[in-house]
Amino acid sequence: MAVTLDQTIAQKQHTLLSRVFASQTFWVVIAVILACLFLSVATDSFATTKNLYNITRNVTFVAIVALGMTFVIITGGIDLSVGSVLCLCSMVLAVTMHAGYGIEVGIAASIATALIIGAFNGVLIAYLGFPPFVVTLGMLSIARSLAMVASNNTVVFQFGPDHDKLLALGGGAWVFGIANPVLYTIMLALITGFVLRWTKFGRHIFAIGGNEHAATLTGVPVRQIKVAVYMISALAAGVAGIIQTGWLGAVTTNLGNGMELQVIAATVIGGANLAGGMGTAFGAVVGAALIEVIRNSLGLLGINAFWQGTFIGGAILMAVLFDRLRNFRRNE
Amino acid sequence: MSVLELANISKHFGAIQAVNDVSLSIEAGQVVGLMGDNGAGKSTLVKMIAGNFPPSHGTMQMDGKELILHKPVEARQHGIEIVHQDLALCNNLTAAANVYLGRELRRGVGPFRILDYAAMYKRAGQIFAELKSETRPRDLVKQMSGGQRQAVAIARTMLSQAKIVLMDEPTAAISVRQVAEVLNLIRHLRDQGIAVVLISHRMPDVFDVADRVIVMRRGRKVADKTIASSSPEEVTGLITGAIEQV
Repeated sequence: MAVTLDQTIAQKQHTLLSRVFASQTFWVVIAVILACLFLSVATDSFATTKNLYNITRNVTFVAIVALGMTFVIITGGIDLSVGSVLCLCSMVLAVTMHAGYGIEVGIAASIATALIIGAFNGVLIAYLGFPPFVVTLGMLSIARSLAMVASNNTVVFQFGPDHDKLLALGGGAWVFGIANPVLYTIMLALITGFVLRWTKFGRHIFAIGGNEHAATLTGVPVRQIKVAVYMISALAAGVAGIIQTGWLGAVTTNLGNGMELQVIAATVIGGANLAGGMGTAFGAVVGAALIEVIRNSLGLLGINAFWQGTFIGGAILMAVLFDRLRNFRRNE
Repeated sequence: MSVLELANISKHFGAIQAVNDVSLSIEAGQVVGLMGDNGAGKSTLVKMIAGNFPPSHGTMQMDGKELILHKPVEARQHGIEIVHQDLALCNNLTAAANVYLGRELRRGVGPFRILDYAAMYKRAGQIFAELKSETRPRDLVKQMSGGQRQAVAIARTMLSQAKIVLMDEPTAAISVRQVAEVLNLIRHLRDQGIAVVLISHRMPDVFDVADRVIVMRRGRKVADKTIASSSPEEVTGLITGAIEQV
């Protein structure tokens, strides 16, 4: 039988099902579901409304930052400064509002801070050729120190005239009793997924991660895009910071300490490749969910909290192991 | 009539004279083999045509108009397409995505424009069919053979109305069967009236597909003659310097 041109054009390498089974994200989703089922049976406290509300809300902060991180990791970069940037943006918001400004001014100042930091990281990396690891490691230190300077290392818990608005923004549940942060996460995940799949910008991000030299040669504006991804990453951290401030009702300079590792873990568990060229929005969210379920379950099962790091680290290694196994099979 | 005309082109980097007073013209629908040993000035010459850097002396003319290039993108706008030696492909993207890299098709209105996957798959599929290549638009480049990868890189040059395609060592790192495939691709380009400049070390390929051969040695053009009037022995002599000039 002759193969027509249309058939060749329509020819896919995988069926939908085989592609689903081949994706790391799918197996992480299965792992999350299995863990939830197990915990529902093994403990009385897991499947309660209160606990599920807690879990979903706790997932969101890591998930939102992980969405931003996904952009950076797809280009083959890394952003270690997100935890500190989250803290700084939180603190800028808190200090501005504490000084008597409205919530709009506070949020604007906070977002502006995030964008400036992201642009600073991006310019050093894209235009001056600094390694992303070094630049963002420096920023990790700088941003946290600036947060201490801004607050004089105190706890801010009074947010001026718009105090209640801010708490409602982060702590409320405006639609069907779903916590607001969860709604924001879903919205941001949809936007991220759309940008990655359907825009020229998204396509170029994957191209840079796949072969930066090729992207440059074919006329992709590599430098501008790199600056943009670091700005997106910082922006995601800033947004998470604003929401977290509203939820906690207080900001300390410890906020987001060590968060960068959880965020990177979430993206990697969700199927992003640190070498670049791979990653999805959905993966980042389910990666964050798996980490949170592990954390939550250890508490419920009465396992010493000190074991948390071991389990999360184990999950990262497992995720990468699956990826390696798939590659071995393909290479044979 | 000639598409591209180089007149007395020289290029020096500091004290090093990479290209010395080279004049040549390239005709539409002709395959020109550009040969020479390492360091003979082939790449420098090609990079000037590709807009990577300007010549120190001399002028380039395209279709009778002076051609001044500051960036590779400008060369592309003038209908000069390059197939790089490393092919400049992204392994993690599909064949169609690679073909359209940097000039993706979009649909929608104003700022709300999304990638037009269907149109890109369709056009890429048509180009592969024109090239008689078995490459499929949705396949990932990662899983392709050397010949298929070449087809993807060459398909790029057919997106716009290219006048000249410069190919840098397209047959250097692929299997014998795939070499035949690539030479066929070159013939298809030629049949469409495109001028092809084939930079190669491989004598059989050049004598198989080219109409003319230009030999460079130490920055100078030492021969420029039709394939019919030359022989591999003569060209080898010219490359090594055993034959001074013809």
